[in-house]
Amino acid sequence: MPNAENTTAPTGLWARFNAMPLDSAPRTITVAVVLCLICSMIVSGAAVLLKPQQEINKTLDKKTNILKVAGLYEAGVDVEKAFGAFEPRLVDVATGKFSDAADAATYDQRAAAKDPVLSIALDNDPASIKRQAKLASVYLLRDDAGKIERIILPVHGYGLWSTLYGFIALNADANEVYGLRFYSHGETPGLGAEVDNPKWMAQWPGKLVYGDNGSVDIGVGKSAPAGIDGSKHHIDAIAGATLTSRGVDNLVKFWMGEQGFKTFLDNLKKGEA
Amino acid sequence: MAGKDLSMLKDPMVDNNPITLQVLGICSALAVTSSLKVALVMAIAVTLVTAFSNFFISLLRNQIPSSIRIIVQMVIIASLVILVDQVLKAYLYEISKTLSVFVGLIITNCIVMGRAEAYAMKNPPIPSFLDGIGNGLGYSLILLLVGVVRELLGSGSLFGVQILETVNNGGWYVPNGLLLLPPSAFFVIGLLIWGFRTWKPAQVEKRDYKIMETEGAH
Repeated sequence: MPNAENTTAPTGLWARFNAMPLDSAPRTITVAVVLCLICSMIVSGAAVLLKPQQEINKTLDKKTNILKVAGLYEAGVDVEKAFGAFEPRLVDVATGKFSDAADAATYDQRAAAKDPVLSIALDNDPASIKRQAKLASVYLLRDDAGKIERIILPVHGYGLWSTLYGFIALNADANEVYGLRFYSHGETPGLGAEVDNPKWMAQWPGKLVYGDNGSVDIGVGKSAPAGIDGSKHHIDAIAGATLTSRGVDNLVKFWMGEQGFKTFLDNLKKGEA
Repeated sequence: MAGKDLSMLKDPMVDNNPITLQVLGICSALAVTSSLKVALVMAIAVTLVTAFSNFFISLLRNQIPSSIRIIVQMVIIASLVILVDQVLKAYLYEISKTLSVFVGLIITNCIVMGRAEAYAMKNPPIPSFLDGIGNGLGYSLILLLVGVVRELLGSGSLFGVQILETVNNGGWYVPNGLLLLPPSAFFVIGLLIWGFRTWKPAQVEKRDYKIMETEGAH
């Protein structure tokens, strides 16, 4: 490999390299290899150096979205300060009780879902998430008297191309939706990405997650299924984005159901969480 | 030299504009011009990438074997684009979210490749750098013009500052929603090309064919 020794003995090899015709195979390969090495070093260097700053942005973006879904966000607000209004807690999804097994402020549910110790593999997996973290980060908003005003729950599931990550905010009755929004997804711009459209998101507030008998009745689709009161539980699917809409339907049903936060919400209502 | 340098920057703005004359880079011009702020960031990114890719390709032009020159150009351009994307993600997160795939797609922007192949491969680094800046500015000019029209008529604002009070906010202006959709950029760019060519008739392309006069037609 002439390129490896270029730097150590420039005179002999460099002269020989330069004497080669421009289009000869060894020279072509050398140029390609050296160029790729330099470019990959620059690119990976930049990625590593800028990573901390990018992580800060992602956390800030997540907090901003929690504020938005809870209706606390105003333009120009100090996100970190406003975020202080929330009480971050961890919930053991299986038992539906609060857990102190990890620090709620620093717990990373997305990383935990990939860790075999901290997560369980799902057999029945309508949201196509494969593994589910045992602990989930929830955010509680309390009023001045200390009563829970809003409950913000993390939800995620597969749409058409990507996993959608978002939050659903419920009112104190643990049934009425305050809002839903996704902070990270890779759905088709203009079609599936319309899950970010304020007009579509405006359908969610006021809808009820559970029917009178406790079943998960909320759903996204063309029309409400028979036996379900559409005005209370139905959200119109997005035109041109059937699979993304179906994904949202699945993930909301999954996370609001027995495998998700239903046990926790029931406990919360009874005051036993 | 100074006069020549200046004309190298100025030429691609009007007389040899990459969008209106060469009709390159239309795709991203459609996608990112619905708001001025995003268009401005995109314009700066493309200008920087074109300038530096021209510079580095020109530096290496005597070492690049012609059999792999396109790939070499792509590697240099792609590295620069990734660099820009990483910096945007670190320092302008909101805008990088809006630009999403279009930053990555600068790689395929014909202006960058076109200038590398047509100019940088044959000229020294400094003129190539200036040529890149000039063409980037030409692209930026059109991007910003389209952005002004689309944001002003589509949402009644410029750089997010409300200029025309919209009906929804109790004003008088009914925003034209069509201008926020990508196809409207086609209309605006089309009108711009028409305008440019009426102003400078030399830019009108010659016809490929001519209708023959037939005998006895009169």
